[in-house]
Amino acid sequence: MNRVLDILAPFALITLLLAGWEIACRVTGVPAYFLPAPSDVAVALATDTASLMQAAWNTLSVALISLIIASLVAQAVALLVGLSPLIDRAVRPLASVLQVTPVVAIAPLVLIWAGIDHPERAIVALAVLVAFFPIFSGAVTGLKAADPDLERLFDLYGASRWQRVLRLRLPSAVPFLLEGHKVGAGLAVIGAVVAEFGAGSGGVRGLAWRILDAGNKLQTARMIAALVVLGLMGVVLHALLERAERAGLAWWRGR
Amino acid sequence: MAEPVVALEAVEVDYAKRGRALGPFSLSIAPGEIVALVGPSGCGKSTALRLLAGLEQPTRGTVARTAGRGETSVVFQAPTLAPWMTAVANVALPLELSGVPKALARARAAAALARVGLAGAEEARPAQLSGGMAMRASLARALVTEPRLLLLDEPFAALDEITRRSLADDVLKLWRETRPAIIFVTHNVEEAAYMASRVAVVTRGPGRIAGEVVVPGHLPRLIGFRATPEFREAAEAVSDLLLKGSEMAA
Repeated sequence: MNRVLDILAPFALITLLLAGWEIACRVTGVPAYFLPAPSDVAVALATDTASLMQAAWNTLSVALISLIIASLVAQAVALLVGLSPLIDRAVRPLASVLQVTPVVAIAPLVLIWAGIDHPERAIVALAVLVAFFPIFSGAVTGLKAADPDLERLFDLYGASRWQRVLRLRLPSAVPFLLEGHKVGAGLAVIGAVVAEFGAGSGGVRGLAWRILDAGNKLQTARMIAALVVLGLMGVVLHALLERAERAGLAWWRGR
Repeated sequence: MAEPVVALEAVEVDYAKRGRALGPFSLSIAPGEIVALVGPSGCGKSTALRLLAGLEQPTRGTVARTAGRGETSVVFQAPTLAPWMTAVANVALPLELSGVPKALARARAAAALARVGLAGAEEARPAQLSGGMAMRASLARALVTEPRLLLLDEPFAALDEITRRSLADDVLKLWRETRPAIIFVTHNVEEAAYMASRVAVVTRGPGRIAGEVVVPGHLPRLIGFRATPEFREAAEAVSDLLLKGSEMAA
């Protein structure tokens, strides 16, 4: 009984809020371009379903490509950093600068570099920048997180540097890498959306472009419909990543 | 007397921040001998063990080791198994790192697991083993290289009394097969007197040798050894030395 209530509670709240919104719209007669009623948004969702899904896929695929690139680059750099304290010193400040610089601030510059004909390249590059840091810092932390007694055993048995990296440091880093990729994937989507806003044009027709486009035309219901799809995509992605992380941990730990 | 497997000669260890951790400290272990190092927490026992293993160098003094790199094994306080590997892969690790072909290493690891009573648990992950079983797997990993020198750093500290007693007997039985020299660090007086033919008592840190007690009697221990006057007297002597050691430092 309690479990049923637990599952129903969020839906009940959403229904209540939507009902309040709908009633408020009808009672006050506020114009639809200012605040459309939920029913208008539902109509927009239904009529635009196919193109919204296409837009969602455009955004998601950019985020996924960015995640893969960020993952490869971040892990490669982390490995170099792990092997050489000098490279660590050299890279750390730059990595921090990357982390604290907002993506919207770099977007115009990257858009110029990518060229007017290739905004999609700029968007991928920006999403990579955002997804890079959590994976990089997870990998760096993970590579240093090996059990010190296991490190001593590797000393004792005369392990080579590569044996140590491949058989001790990398496997020890797996839980940190899983966490880093989970956070990185979420950030890649945010990065892709923000970069689409920065690009502004219709070069990449993702969800952010849908919001911008509908906004320019004062089609507020369509703006909100695109937002709803973006929110749902985020929720589903997060749930999938949680699951993937837990499955990965269970595989790593054997239980 | 045969040449010692390892000997510490007036070694001292200073750490940058904590200051003197050990010494001056001298200890020599003959082949096949079982020596217990007993002392209060923080007396530098584990530092002494790392010196004996060759994992650390003393600030002053000399360490003479005739056991080569592949001939020394260490068992730590925790089982220290890699969680991502199966039990047999963990045990085979020292062999694989020194270049033994994988199939042969795995076969010898499975045999080592069987010797410590873990036959059938080859494919288990460390998370699936109980504390005692994990410690046995750790022991199998130490024995798989057939070391001449086996160092045990409070290996049973985290286990319950029944498990530690049966493991103590098992270690002695395994010792009988290949007769490695064993150095056993503990803060448990009775365990020291039971396991070792010689108990070296270490003073409160920085550790020095407060004295040594020779424990007579057959190894592995015969049933009822804990009730014999020899055992009681040895345990008493070790306790007295421990008390004296802590007064010396204070």
